[in-house]
Amino acid sequence: MKTVIDRYIREEMFPHIWCPGCGNGIVLGAIIRAIDDLNWDRDKIVAVSGIGCSSRITGYVDFCTMNTVHGRALPFATGIKMANSDLKVIVIMGDGDCLAIGGNHFIHAARRNIDLTAIIINNMIYGMTGGQYSPLTPTTKFGSTAPYGNIDQSFDLCELAIAAGASYVARGTIFDPRQSTSLMKKALDKKGFSVVEIISDCPVSYGKMNKIKSPIDMLKWIKDITVSKKAWEGLSPDEKKEKYAIGEFLSKDRPDYTELYEEIIKKAQETGGNK
Amino acid sequence: MNNLKKKKNIKLLQGNEACAEGALLAGVKFFAGYPITPSTEIAENMARKLPKIGGKFIQMEDEIASMAAVIGASIAGLKSLTATSGPGMCLKQENLGFAIFNEIPCVVVNAQRGGPSTGLPTKPSQGDMMQARWGTHGDHPVIALAPSTVNEILTLTIKAFNFSEKYRTPVILLLDEVIAHMREKVEMPAPEDIEVINRKKPTVPPEEYLPFKPDEDGVPPMANFGEGYPYHITGLAHSEKGLPISDSQQIDHFIRRIHDKIQKNIKDILIYEKYLLEDADTALIAYGSVARAAERTVKLAREKGLKVGLLKLITIWPFPDEIINKLAHKVNLIIVPEMNLGQIVLEVERASQGKCRVVPYGRVDGELINPIEILGKIQEQEEIKK
Repeated sequence: MKTVIDRYIREEMFPHIWCPGCGNGIVLGAIIRAIDDLNWDRDKIVAVSGIGCSSRITGYVDFCTMNTVHGRALPFATGIKMANSDLKVIVIMGDGDCLAIGGNHFIHAARRNIDLTAIIINNMIYGMTGGQYSPLTPTTKFGSTAPYGNIDQSFDLCELAIAAGASYVARGTIFDPRQSTSLMKKALDKKGFSVVEIISDCPVSYGKMNKIKSPIDMLKWIKDITVSKKAWEGLSPDEKKEKYAIGEFLSKDRPDYTELYEEIIKKAQETGGNK
Repeated sequence: MNNLKKKKNIKLLQGNEACAEGALLAGVKFFAGYPITPSTEIAENMARKLPKIGGKFIQMEDEIASMAAVIGASIAGLKSLTATSGPGMCLKQENLGFAIFNEIPCVVVNAQRGGPSTGLPTKPSQGDMMQARWGTHGDHPVIALAPSTVNEILTLTIKAFNFSEKYRTPVILLLDEVIAHMREKVEMPAPEDIEVINRKKPTVPPEEYLPFKPDEDGVPPMANFGEGYPYHITGLAHSEKGLPISDSQQIDHFIRRIHDKIQKNIKDILIYEKYLLEDADTALIAYGSVARAAERTVKLAREKGLKVGLLKLITIWPFPDEIINKLAHKVNLIIVPEMNLGQIVLEVERASQGKCRVVPYGRVDGELINPIEILGKIQEQEEIKK
């Protein structure tokens, strides 16, 4: 019997390239289930990714897919959406991809509020290149380029997205794929720029360097460092430093960029565009 | 009435404006860009004119994003354009390679200014000729055209779109600050007189479609995203199906094939003009705004009884090796005036295979090369010969 997942994957691409215990497969499953629940026309779905382990997801799903260059998935997706606003465009990125090399594109996509859904798999490290620290590696944690501990302050991706102007912002985990699926579903369905951060694991790099021994321990660790949004609000500032709030942070209605541009077209055509 | 209809439609246009007009005639529907001198007027024109025809304009956060958006829009079915100058052209290089490797049509304008670095933003240069050829990493083919008049900017912008659609490849249009900002008479062609080429679409059902399997002309048909042909595009080495591969034979075949599709059609792609070369013993080879000065030099030289002619290059890449080789067999001397310290002259030397003397004449001070100084170079060489 075929599962929901089977109906959407490119079988010839398997086995996948991910390490045992990697959370990317869980996220892939959640994305597929969310799309399936929404019952979208498959021919109108486009998935765009950048570079990194997480970005390989686009190779595994049978939509129009594009594995672009490092950090630039959002501007590629912006061009696609502008050219054909009927397309449902999903952008899948890793933490380094989205917020280091791609950080500028991320805030500008949010500022424009262009109708894209960004799913960021945050394993807090550069996995593909072997465990270098990323802008989402927590302070004091270790990476292959932070052998004495990370002194950088990490971004709060969700706060950044809200400040930059996104319409929908949520955070889930691979520990709770059902919640992640439901957050993704809401994000996909939202008009405007929607963001879902999924806290994931990288047992072979992050786990190894930070003494979290197995994939199971990593899942437990994710459970320990996350609390519901409501519980998070009751924490002291010091306690907050060690935890990630989980859930939906923002859902607001604001005209998306492609709708606004349609108005520009109308205006230009009415006035003859002299001004 | 009939007389009126036949009357030529003459306009006084700035070079950048002519580029925008040419793009519109070619069917451009999308522009993404970032302000930079001396190309900004192309963006401004596009911002004004594209929405009037239902097209889209977007000012992106940088040149990297502009190039990415142009590629995305092209994949989604719109003819797409971006325009920039040196510093911005540097930023576009990685994505340009992505477009070449994935055979995504688009046109990239580089209105050249003095470099390196911020250089001379308001002064002309031809310093990016080799960047146009080799700017993005790895072995890749490229088509680059260099107009020398405002009228040519218009016609070659149309040509650039046609080549990009026909051969599924980005095309670089190399302007320089002089012709980008100069105003000149342009003969506006009637839309019905223009050849407009659109990308080939697949003729097979989606389950049989291979996005990178070429037809006999070396070019694969292209399905736009959203047209019912789900497929994968990746910057990784990929199969005819578009999926990542590591098989060395397939990789070799793919990279050679994207080169071959240009080489195979080189006769169609090469554009050049010969001026008074029949009896010439000295040839000038020039392109862009310098070709204008060189043409004047030929006239001045002829007045002095010197047998000088001009080969004006319009297609710069792929390079017209054969044409230059034939010329080198005919003349004793080739002089290559260019606003750089010798870029195209190296290619001319290579193509000439030692059959005649090849002499560079370069300027990098931000000043346009004038006819008198080229004539001076010819006379200096005459003296050496004596």
